[in-house]
Amino acid sequence: MIKFRVHKTLHTAEGIMPLDISFELEHGKLLSIYGNSGVGKTTILRILAGLTSAENLQIEVDNEVWDDSEKNIHLAIKKRSVGFLFQDYALFPNLTVKENLAFALNKNDDKKLVDELLELMELQQLQSTKPLELSGGQQQRVALARAIVRKPKILLLDEPLSAVDDEMRFKLQDYILKTHQQYKLTTILISHHLPEIFRLADHVMMIDKGKIIKEGSPSNVFAEQRISSKFKVIGEIIAIKKSDIIYIISVLSANNIIKVIATEDEIVNFKVGQKVLVASKAFNPLIQAIP
Amino acid sequence: MIDLQPFWLTFKLAIITTIILFIIAVPLAYWIAYSRMRYKAIVEAIVSLPLILPPSVLGFYLLIAFSPENSFGIFLNKYFNIRLVFTFEGLVVASVLYSLPFMVNPILSGLKNLPASLQEASFTLGKSKLTTLIKIILPNIRTSLLTGIIMTFAHTVGEFGVVLMVGGSIPKETKVVSIAIYDEVESMNYHNANIYALILFVFAFLILITVHIINNNSKTRLY
Repeated sequence: MIKFRVHKTLHTAEGIMPLDISFELEHGKLLSIYGNSGVGKTTILRILAGLTSAENLQIEVDNEVWDDSEKNIHLAIKKRSVGFLFQDYALFPNLTVKENLAFALNKNDDKKLVDELLELMELQQLQSTKPLELSGGQQQRVALARAIVRKPKILLLDEPLSAVDDEMRFKLQDYILKTHQQYKLTTILISHHLPEIFRLADHVMMIDKGKIIKEGSPSNVFAEQRISSKFKVIGEIIAIKKSDIIYIISVLSANNIIKVIATEDEIVNFKVGQKVLVASKAFNPLIQAIP
Repeated sequence: MIDLQPFWLTFKLAIITTIILFIIAVPLAYWIAYSRMRYKAIVEAIVSLPLILPPSVLGFYLLIAFSPENSFGIFLNKYFNIRLVFTFEGLVVASVLYSLPFMVNPILSGLKNLPASLQEASFTLGKSKLTTLIKIILPNIRTSLLTGIIMTFAHTVGEFGVVLMVGGSIPKETKVVSIAIYDEVESMNYHNANIYALILFVFAFLILITVHIINNNSKTRLY
């Protein structure tokens, strides 16, 4: 169980913004943090890892106090059992793939785990390669594997899938799910991508201007409850085309493009790039904007 | 036949200075790069001072400070039995101060260009600051380290003003090549001055070519 409570004054481009977040997360769950850029998502992960300090902070992980600003407790970064997947992956350019993983081992650790992870992430062929020679997706797998070598209590993923194409994204989501389940990790994932959150997360926290504005299961947070539907898909509008007197809206969800018909009155609510919910009752697909 | 002794002395001075400066500069640059102290700028200014200060100014102050007539000189003499005026040891101390920016600045710029996430990743993988420095930071700024080493070595070889002020021109003790050239010219011995000068000229040119080759290749071929 993770208990987290923070108050910190952030200095952003738009001025001072207080970050006030508190949450509890059960062991083995996957929490996703959702929100626009610059609302303090990365800061939350950094605070958990001990990389950033805060004026008022309480962190407790499995009954062990990591931070308590009132009692002046601040556990050193290296003593925190976290795996941190950085946005830029932060692979060590001077070490090979295998050495990057082995670097995370302590003296008495079982070296087999490195081989096990190389196999799980399908990296055996690349183990002697230096990170700069790898593609984005490969680097990401190495970084994910490295973050897990210490079998951390918490795995922190800072928007890991933002820089890869859709096909790779789908595969990498599989790797994240696989490791999350196989090593029984408690994972916190920052993501902008709704299909990803629906696929991976047990719980979502929507953050805006340093506050939690909504939380719950993904379908509770993102979908309007009042629609009782046969199916629901969350996606992003990639095109709006006029065809005679109606409009065709193309919505991308995971790897599928769904085409939905809309009238001229309806179209004013939509624009390309907008996140929408497509639902269907018996016949008519229904398209609705989501916040 | 010209006397090669000044060359050996020069290279001995340059090697010792480079080793001492490397040991000092790594922790100093690390502190400057990552410290959040307010008076950091003062330390940075002091490190860079020899770049602007005429060597004779630095040499003059060192001469005064090291003088056995003054308190610091007396202190060194009494407690450590060290004399720094007109001795090789004095040259080493002066060279270390004079070449400080040539070692510190390249290392500092290497550290500043290194993504902070590399260190942070190492910390989150359970490693101490020292392990991170030795296994991650230094290997990843090795171009900067090499540049610092070469520049310090070359700069020490090319010293004149400080060496003349602190060391004078004592054969086998403080008479380095640049001083030897000056002596030969003063005694109208242009032939010998020419040979010394030509050797230094070629040496300096080769050093700079090496530095530029390293820098040009570092982005593409370092790993």
